[in-house]
Amino acid sequence: MPTYRILDQAGRIVDHARETPDTTTTPELLKMYKDMLTVSLLDLIMFDAQRQGRISFYMVSAGEEGIAVGSASSLSPHDPIFAQYRETGIFQYRGFTPEDFMAQLFATRSDPGKGRNMPVHYGSRKYNIHTISSPLATQIPQASGAAYAVKMQNARDPTGEQRVVACYFGEGSASEGDFHAALNVAATRACPVVFLCRNNGFAISTPTLEQYRGDGIASRGVGYGIDTIRVDGNDVLAVREVTRQARELALEDGGKPVLIEAMSYRVSHHSTSDDSFAYRAKVEVEDWKRRDNPITRLRKYLESHDLWDEAKEKELRSETRKSILDAYRQAEKEKKHALRSMMEDVYETVTEEQAEQMERMRDTVERYPGEYDVSGFEEGLEGMRPSAR
Amino acid sequence: MLRKVQRCYGSLEYLSSARRGYASHPPKARLNIPTDYASTPLLHHSAKSALANKELSEEARNGTTSRINLFQAVNVALAHALRSDQRVLLFGEDVAFGGVFRCSMNLATEFGDDRVFNTPLSEQGIVGFAIGAAMEGMRPVAEVQFADYVFPAFDQIVNEAAKCRYRAGHNADSMNCGGLVIRMPAGGVGHGGLYHTQSPESLFTHVPGMRVVVPRSPVQAKGLLLAAIASNDPVIFLEPKILYRAAVEHVPAEPYTLPLSTAEVLKEGNDVTIVSYGTPLYTCQSALAAAEKDFKCSVELIDLRTVYPWDRQAVMASVNKTGRCIVVHESMVNAGVGAEVAATVQEGCFLRLEAPVQRVGGWSTHTGLAYEKFNIPDVVRVYDSIRNALEY
Repeated sequence: MPTYRILDQAGRIVDHARETPDTTTTPELLKMYKDMLTVSLLDLIMFDAQRQGRISFYMVSAGEEGIAVGSASSLSPHDPIFAQYRETGIFQYRGFTPEDFMAQLFATRSDPGKGRNMPVHYGSRKYNIHTISSPLATQIPQASGAAYAVKMQNARDPTGEQRVVACYFGEGSASEGDFHAALNVAATRACPVVFLCRNNGFAISTPTLEQYRGDGIASRGVGYGIDTIRVDGNDVLAVREVTRQARELALEDGGKPVLIEAMSYRVSHHSTSDDSFAYRAKVEVEDWKRRDNPITRLRKYLESHDLWDEAKEKELRSETRKSILDAYRQAEKEKKHALRSMMEDVYETVTEEQAEQMERMRDTVERYPGEYDVSGFEEGLEGMRPSAR
Repeated sequence: MLRKVQRCYGSLEYLSSARRGYASHPPKARLNIPTDYASTPLLHHSAKSALANKELSEEARNGTTSRINLFQAVNVALAHALRSDQRVLLFGEDVAFGGVFRCSMNLATEFGDDRVFNTPLSEQGIVGFAIGAAMEGMRPVAEVQFADYVFPAFDQIVNEAAKCRYRAGHNADSMNCGGLVIRMPAGGVGHGGLYHTQSPESLFTHVPGMRVVVPRSPVQAKGLLLAAIASNDPVIFLEPKILYRAAVEHVPAEPYTLPLSTAEVLKEGNDVTIVSYGTPLYTCQSALAAAEKDFKCSVELIDLRTVYPWDRQAVMASVNKTGRCIVVHESMVNAGVGAEVAATVQEGCFLRLEAPVQRVGGWSTHTGLAYEKFNIPDVVRVYDSIRNALEY
C-alpha cells in the first residue's frame, strides 16, 4: 500500500493540492511545532532523570512526536482517546502542562491517578483521554465499545457535536488477539472509531520481519472491511490531513471505523529499561536521526515560509526547558497521596475486608515505626485511616 | 463453526435432560435422588411466601407474582433494565434471536437492534467492547455463552475491568467501567463434559475490583441481576444453567433489587453451618433434611449469593454460634471459594470451632463427561460431612 505524504524530507510540499498555508493555519502549524518540540525536550530531560534515579521509569516518543501531535490536531477536543503509551504528544496537544506531566511521573499528590500507575501512564478526564494501561492492545476493543457508546450518543443528539473515538497502538500490539477482535467488532457494529497504528519498525527488540509478513498493518484493514490509509508518520501535515479526513469518514452513514497506519522509526530505546544497541546498529539509528525527523521536517517547512527562524527556536527551547525544569524541581518536593489511596477506588466504596486490612497495616506500621517511612505521604500514618467521606 | 453448532445442540440437549432425569439415580438410593424442585423449600411455591421477603421493596411486596423459571427471571430483569435506563445495552454471541438459553427472548424485538445485538464470536472482543462502552457512560450487559469460554476474556476482566477505577483515580468519576455486567451460564448440567460444565468463580474471587455473584433461584436471579446492573462496580454474574428451566417459583412482578455482598440465611440451625451458593444449595437442603432426621441435629444453611467481596461477618457469626462449618461448591476444592471461607472461619472462629472446617467440592480434576455424578458434590457427600462434623 503506498504511503501518503505532503512534505518531503526537506520540508518541501509534494502534494500541491494540499498547499494552503494561510493565516488561519499558521497558528495551528506553530502550535504543532511547539508541542512536538516540547515533547522532545520533556523526553530528553526525563530520560536523564530516570538515569539519575529520580523517577523509576520513562518512555520517550523520539521520532514519533508527529504522529501524536498531527493526529490530535485533527480531532475534536471532545473525542475520547485511547492511547498505548508512546503518545505523549496527545496530552501535550490537548493542554497538559509541565506540572501535569510531573505530577504523574513523580506520583505526587497532584497526580489524578493517585500514584498508582508507572510513569508515562497518563490519563485525563478533563482532556477526554482514558488512563493508559500497560497490557498491550487491550485498549483497542475498548475503543470500539466506546465508539459504539459515542455513536448512540451522537444519534440521540443529532444537533450536538458528532464525536468519534481515536485509538492508538504500535505495530507490535497489532499482533495481539485484541486487535483482531476490535477491528472486526468495530466493522460489524459500524463504530465511529479512528484506529491509528504507529508502525515504528520495532516492538522492543523484535523487527517487523518477525512481527508479520503481510503488507504491514494497513493491508489488514481491508480484510475487515475497514477504509484504510497508510501515511508518512514523519510528515506531520500528512498525518493531520489524513486524520482530518478519517474523522469525517468515520462519521459518515451514522458511523464506521477507519484505519490509519503511520510509518515511522523508533529512534529511541524502547524504554529506560532497554538498550536498543543490543539488537540494532547504532549507525542505523544515527542515520534515521539525521535523515528524517518530524520536528526538523516541519521546521524546514516553516522556515521556508518565513514563519520560523533560529532566534525563535532558541527562545522557545530555553523557555520550554525552564518551565519543565521548574515543574520537575517542584514535583520532587511534593508529598504523595495519603496511604489510604492504596486501598481506595478498587470498588466504589472500601469493602469491610479492606477496611479491616487497612487497620491491620496501620497497626503493623505503628508497632514497627523504624521499619517504615510514612513521612513522604500526606497525613503520614493517619493517612491509613479510612477517609471521612 | 464446530464449536457454535455444538453449543446450540448442547443447550437444547440440556433442556430436555432436566425433565427426563437423564442418567437417573440408582434404584436403592435413599439420599442421592434428584432434587424435587416442585417441593424444595428453597423455592417460593406460593405468591404469599415470595412477597413475604423483607429484602423486597415495598412496591414489590405489595404487588403480584408470576410463576417463572430462572431463564425467564433473567429475561424479565433484562427487559426491565433495558426499559428503565437507555444506557443499558445487551450483547454477546447469538443474543439477538433470544440466546441459546432463551434469556434474551424478544428483547431485540422490543428494544431494537441498536441495544440488543449479536457480536462476532470473540470473547475478548465482547468484554473489551463492553468495558469501552461502560467507560463512555453505558451500562452494558455482556453475555459470554458459557462460563467455560470466559478465559479468552480473562485479560480484559483481570487487567482492565477490575483495575479501571483504581488506575483512573480522580479521573474515575466519569472514566470507570462500573456499569459493566458480564453474564455467563455456569455449572454442571449432567452431560456438559469439559467445556459446558465449569464453575470458574474462584478465579475471579482472586481479583479485587470485580464483584462475583451466583443466584440460586428465579427470585434471586431477578433481584441480584438488577442490583448488578445498578452497581457501579463491574460484576461477573454466573447463572447456574441447570436451573434455567428446572427452578420454577413465584417471582414478584415489580422490579426490585437484592443486596450484593450480603449472604442470606436460608434455614436457621444450631449445630452445623453449611455455606454454599448456586445449585449445590438444593443438594445441601436435601442432605441437611436427611441428616436432621437421622442425627437429631439442626443445621444452618447460608447462601453466600455474592462470592466476592463476600459477607464474612454473616458466616463468622453463624459459625461462632454453631461451632462447625462445611463449605459446598461445584468447582474444584483446590484454591476454591471454600478455601477462602475455611481460612476466614479458622481465623475468626478459632476458639469456637469444634471440628475442622470441611470443604465439599468438585475433586481436583477436570469435569470429565462420564464422571460427573462422582465429581460434583452430591447429597451423600454433604450428608457424610455433616455426620463427620457432628461425630468429630
